[in-house]
Amino acid sequence: MQTRREMLARSATVAGLLAAAGFLPSSALAAWPQAAFDAKTLADAVKALGGSAPVESKDVSITGPDIAENGAVVPVGCATTLPGVKRLLLLVEKNPNVLAAVFNVTDAIEPNLNTRTKMGQSSNVFAVAMMGDGKVLFASKEIKVTLGGCGG
Amino acid sequence: MKTRTLIGVAALALCAGAQAQKSTADGIAEYRKMLEDGNPAELFEAKGEALWSQKRGPKNASLERCDLGLGPGVVKGAFVTLPRWFADTQKVQDLESRLVSCMATLQGFDAAEIVKTPFGRGEMANVTALATWIAAESRGMRFNLPQSHAQERITYEVGKRAFFYRGGTHDFSCASCHGDEGKRIRLQELPNLTRNPGDGIGFAAWPAYRVSNGQMWSMQLRLNDCFRQQRFPYPGFGSDVTIALATYMGVNAKGAESIAPAIKR
Amino acid sequence: MADPMRIRAQAAGDKTTVRVLMSHEMETGQRKDSAGKVIPAWFIQEVTATHNGKTVLTADWGPSISKNPFLQFVVKGAKAGDKIAITWVDNKGDKRTDEATVS
Repeated sequence: MQTRREMLARSATVAGLLAAAGFLPSSALAAWPQAAFDAKTLADAVKALGGSAPVESKDVSITGPDIAENGAVVPVGCATTLPGVKRLLLLVEKNPNVLAAVFNVTDAIEPNLNTRTKMGQSSNVFAVAMMGDGKVLFASKEIKVTLGGCGG
Repeated sequence: MKTRTLIGVAALALCAGAQAQKSTADGIAEYRKMLEDGNPAELFEAKGEALWSQKRGPKNASLERCDLGLGPGVVKGAFVTLPRWFADTQKVQDLESRLVSCMATLQGFDAAEIVKTPFGRGEMANVTALATWIAAESRGMRFNLPQSHAQERITYEVGKRAFFYRGGTHDFSCASCHGDEGKRIRLQELPNLTRNPGDGIGFAAWPAYRVSNGQMWSMQLRLNDCFRQQRFPYPGFGSDVTIALATYMGVNAKGAESIAPAIKR
Repeated sequence: MADPMRIRAQAAGDKTTVRVLMSHEMETGQRKDSAGKVIPAWFIQEVTATHNGKTVLTADWGPSISKNPFLQFVVKGAKAGDKIAITWVDNKGDKRTDEATVS
């Protein structure tokens, strides 16, 4: 029978091997939701964060430009008018990894976050509100991305 | 009664349709506006501001006695008067070459070494940061380059010649892109730099943070890249041709409001 | 040590808008250099905001967030003189904290 010490030592070795093979996250934080950030769809990302199937809602908003001159920097905002939101998520449908950010909202701030995200191509962008009562609501907006000319 | 209501609704629908048809140019303008607040250039401004008063270099001195054209240490308003003639170096200098002069004279840095350093690295990155802050200190002010000294006028004329000089594999000149109204490359409108193109346009919009590569671009780098795009050999940093072109553009932009440091694609 | 953030916190009535600019490469790990080698992922993973020492927001970020990230949020009930502090930690374990006073 393995002692606890032996088991831990083995886990560490396996972890080391996995890390060397590039399978473990290059993450310094144990709490970083790796599975969610690896997800390829909105539904999978939400599921990885423990949420139920997302439902479209007019009480959630995703703001941003209709067209972005450069996909490297696209200003986006996610918000909800409903009270009791626990998390606001930002996702870019056609990015290699769909989830861009998770905001853990407290009562001390307004449930309205603005940031800038990279977009690999024209795509739908989602704002998702994970509510305290378990409901998961989302809104979507299409943002077109162009490649400009000469940088003037 | 019913007919009137239907027509009313149809008219409303048409209006709504027309308004929803935002032009691409409007869309781009909206995108650019959204990025104005929170320009990453501020990060470089902060760096430049710190570098100005920090004691550095072999002489362990700050740049606070650097004369940018309005007297030693006067920063506010200096950006919109450059390039200009400097008696101590006996040259017409732009902001960046002037900064290198000051870094050499006041702080003991090796000017030739800085000039050779690629953009974005080492002391050259510091020059860019300083230029960003110094430009910010003149934000909102209008360009007013002096042309009182004979050399300033000569430099302007040289700049004009250089602007229209066609060369390289594609027989381009600056004027090929910037010599007329209404020119455009894909979605980029090209300002006419033979005259004042307006507030915050052309010469009045650099240094600028370029979102496409996340880099802070000074006028020297902008010109360097113009030469590359024309398939010209790279100009030397602070070389006569770059100062001359900057003088040509700067004098033409007289009265234009500077928005530097700006944010660009 | 990483470059400092720019934090602006402006109070308007009961609401304080906080705007942050962070200096970070936010490398996705998808790009290759000229030799064909993958440029390793290097990005801010966690952001924490406090108001007078109390945590008001935490965020988990992925590499999709733009280089030199921008963040804006509104704190309720803050007033001039209060302290807003922002901390970020990246996937290499680097971290940075900066503070601003609400104006």
